[in-house]
Amino acid sequence: MLSQKTKDTLLGPLNVNNPVVVQVLGICSALAVTVQLKPALVMGIAVTIIVAMANVIVSLIRNTIPMRIRIIIQLVVVAALVTLVSEVLKAFAYDVAMQLSVYLGLIITNCILMGRLEAFAMTNNAWDSFLDGLGNGFGYAIILVIVAFFRELLGSGALLGYQVIPDSWYAAGYENCGMMMMPAMALILVGCIIWAHRSINKEEK
Amino acid sequence: MKMNTNSNTYTIVYATIVVIIVAVLLAVVSQVLSPLQQANVKLDQQKQMLVALNQELGDDPAALYETLVRDTIKMDKDGKKADVLVFEVDGATKYVYRLHGAGLWGGIGGYLALDEDKNTIFGINFNHESETPGLGALIVEKPFREQFNGKHIRNAEGNIVSVAVLKKGNAADGQEQVDAVSGATITSTGVSDMLKANLEEYVEYLKMEEIENVEPED
Repeated sequence: MLSQKTKDTLLGPLNVNNPVVVQVLGICSALAVTVQLKPALVMGIAVTIIVAMANVIVSLIRNTIPMRIRIIIQLVVVAALVTLVSEVLKAFAYDVAMQLSVYLGLIITNCILMGRLEAFAMTNNAWDSFLDGLGNGFGYAIILVIVAFFRELLGSGALLGYQVIPDSWYAAGYENCGMMMMPAMALILVGCIIWAHRSINKEEK
Repeated sequence: MKMNTNSNTYTIVYATIVVIIVAVLLAVVSQVLSPLQQANVKLDQQKQMLVALNQELGDDPAALYETLVRDTIKMDKDGKKADVLVFEVDGATKYVYRLHGAGLWGGIGGYLALDEDKNTIFGINFNHESETPGLGALIVEKPFREQFNGKHIRNAEGNIVSVAVLKKGNAADGQEQVDAVSGATITSTGVSDMLKANLEEYVEYLKMEEIENVEPED
């Protein structure tokens, strides 16, 4: 159904070409939003939508962009999109907008966006760029969710805000790991994921 | 013929056009959506006041708000302070004051509901702009908020002393206290300072009437 190239574009970033663990992009926001699962999920979805839309727009105008100011044009496209999405959310989904608050603004500075625009959208057609955006967004979201899963489970004893560690464990002396709340722990977890990922994919390299 | 996209003229014209398009687009969107956004902000404030009044929001918070709200007491003339709103909950009068202060990463705020004696806290609600999820952001959650219910903002002499937010194990001096969020010292201190500063701002209003039924506790 999908050609091999299309498949690679869409599914590659989920594993062998993952933006976070292979290209090591977007680490900063991975640290900021992974204390709990919910903001991580929302951030993952938001980045996926924005990177796909920005990829399409930049791909459509790629032949007209003057080379010397291409980064600025890309930035303008991303910033305009993020502002638009935030305005629309404030009007039609106020609760979601309040939850996203700072994260939405953070998307503008997410290196994955600039990376994909510069590396892919500038040289490929709109449909491929769209798939590339979706793939990279999901690849980013997966890592965020894995990291947030462990941080919320071990740091707060909860998942998506619901307590999952039974009270009897706490009574027996179990304690939440305060370290998991620190941003440094996100970096260490990402490191562990990269380690596991490299070991599994050793043959393919 | 292909245009030379690298000439200076092309670059300047291109940049100008892009900026104008984006500016117009954002301005139009902002104008069109602004009434909807303002309505949302107002509804959100009403919801927060209802939470401070310990109400279940239900399907139609706006209607619930209308059935409870009784009066608006205009604050000082320069308009710096938000109005005090008077509500009637289960036959009893409640006053709702708006709070605003600073947390760790950005502003924090909330609504304080006092009983008719203007001393006992009936309920409280907090909001924040950008406190850390899982730490400072926990001030909006029920377990933290509910600690305030039933506390008194005055000491035995009837002076306004606010309620302190302190680390477990610390004892407040001459005022009632609640437990801080562990791991979020600066946000918790922010809440404590916000309450104190805001009550001082409202002090003129809180004094305006004779204070009766001040029951010293503890």
